[in-house]
Amino acid sequence: MHRLVLALDTSSAAVTAAVVELTDDGCRTAAQRQHVDPRGHAEHLAPAIAECLNQIGAEPGDLTTVVAGTGPGPYTGLRVGLVTAAVIADVLDIPAYGVCSLDGIAGVHPDVRRLLVAGDARRKEIYWARYETGRRVAGPHVDRPGGVILEDVDAMAGAGARLYADRLELRLLDGDYPDPRALVLAARDRILNAEPTQPLTPLYLRRPDAAVPTGPKAVLQ
Amino acid sequence: MSSDAPLVLGIETSCDETGVGIVRGTELLADALATSVEEHARFGGVVPEVASRAHLEAMVPTICRALGSAGAAPRDVDAVAVTAGPGLAGALLVGVAAAKAYALALGKPLYGVNHLSAHVAVDLLEHGPLDEPCVALLVSGGHSSLLFVPRIGGEELTELGATVDDAAGEAYDKVARLLGMPFPGGPPIDRAARDGDPRAIEFPRAMREDGYAFSFAGLKTAVARWVEGRQRAGEPVPVADVAASFQEAVVDVLTHKAVKAAREHGVEHLVIGGGVAANSRLRALAEQRCARAGLRLRVPRPRLCTDNGAMVAALGAQLVANGATPSPLEIPADSALPITEVLL
Ligand SMILES: Nc1ncnc2c1ncn2[C@@H]1O[C@H](COP(=O)(O)OP(=O)(O)OP(=O)(O)O)[C@@H](O)[C@H]1O
Ligand SMILES: [Mg+2]
Repeated sequence: MHRLVLALDTSSAAVTAAVVELTDDGCRTAAQRQHVDPRGHAEHLAPAIAECLNQIGAEPGDLTTVVAGTGPGPYTGLRVGLVTAAVIADVLDIPAYGVCSLDGIAGVHPDVRRLLVAGDARRKEIYWARYETGRRVAGPHVDRPGGVILEDVDAMAGAGARLYADRLELRLLDGDYPDPRALVLAARDRILNAEPTQPLTPLYLRRPDAAVPTGPKAVLQ
Repeated sequence: MSSDAPLVLGIETSCDETGVGIVRGTELLADALATSVEEHARFGGVVPEVASRAHLEAMVPTICRALGSAGAAPRDVDAVAVTAGPGLAGALLVGVAAAKAYALALGKPLYGVNHLSAHVAVDLLEHGPLDEPCVALLVSGGHSSLLFVPRIGGEELTELGATVDDAAGEAYDKVARLLGMPFPGGPPIDRAARDGDPRAIEFPRAMREDGYAFSFAGLKTAVARWVEGRQRAGEPVPVADVAASFQEAVVDVLTHKAVKAAREHGVEHLVIGGGVAANSRLRALAEQRCARAGLRLRVPRPRLCTDNGAMVAALGAQLVANGATPSPLEIPADSALPITEVLL
């Protein structure tokens, strides 16, 4: 069966939209748009989806599935992708599956034996996960680059890896941002088996910053 | 407006309420609301990240509830309106992205609208169309303005004056905190004031006689000083009297200036909108003063005064009916959207 999958990821500085064709034995990106603009997720995403559909002459109603990167990622942008995916899936009555966004970077390097994938978590931290021949074996976590155990790692990828390349000192591979085809492949079994969907829950990995005020004094300041 | 008017879905996420309303013309069909207010209460104010997280969780369920209570399928909606600003940036983005997704997926026009205009337009759901100019008093958590509105739900309006410091709702929230009341402070002060004497304490009425601008920061400070004076003297604070006297100072200035603006602009109607318009004393005093001035007062029911999706749908429905140009899918969320920009 031929599936037309809308793949979205807004977990990083890149806003990614793509239409990916998935069959029982193949997976191909039919159209893709990527804008690197850390503050422009909400502006770019919907037009990017429309352009992808246009490019292949498809209607939104032709989509059969939505796959969305659930992060980890800076929250404001991340939510744009997830709410977009959730609403499109809901109004078109098609399933939406969430995928860890770092899997969308690791998936481009399935043959690397031991891979570190790192995204930029700001505040001098990285979102990271470890993979062995394409399979996630640790993470996602958020830490300072210095707090990540690097023994036995062969290579690294991701915008966070590039940012802290001098500190991490590993071979840096291509692919700073999640690849839509890799995201779809990470959800492939769920899609092909028509598994039940779960809410698209963001991987925030941090609690909101908020302080409980101390007493009513603050009024006079 | 007739029953073949377009069906408009409105999405609101500018602060801590996730609202989805559905409107046909000026008829309210659904008003679904999810709030994160309890999650913010212990912080004494809205925590933006907490609000944004809650919006994401609540968005699809709230859309579904609205469609369900309107008895509509997603495709039945003819246009999607959304609050594009002003408000909390991260919170706005959730609603704007959701509205774009809805519009894009079903090929419907999108209208990115001004939250403050929506606070005024919501009155159409309560009192029906008004095809003449009016003066509107917008009093909410973040704004206090007097507006000249040629046509409710139109793209034009003029700001006659605004607060130079705190908004009226903000003053309520800060004074409530001072009196040990929960957030948001409007409702508990409104309640407490019913048992108090509004003339017990003479609080200042700043700028009462000059122009159309407001100032509430001095009032808040005066209340704080008065309460602290009491506490320092070891005397009990007469909470009901403080609440009533503070409230009287606020609503006296608001209604006095609103009536004056309406008269000076020769309009017949005064419309009041925004969260503070839910205030029982403001409504009563405005009613009284409008009657005396020969003005007709329009204030929506309290539930429609605070943030909700129906107000966004109400404004969207007017824009659609007026043939306004829909917003492109590129529109941003604008946390500082000026009050005069009704449609993006
Ligand atoms: N009964 C009441 N009396 C007085 N104030 C009230 C009452 N009910 C609500 N409020 C006040 O209304 C405000 C909330 O109104 P609203 O939801 O319109 O504000 P907002 O959306 O936060 O701000 P804005 O609309 O300016 O962006 C709060 O400050 C609250 O204390
Ligand atoms: Mg409001």
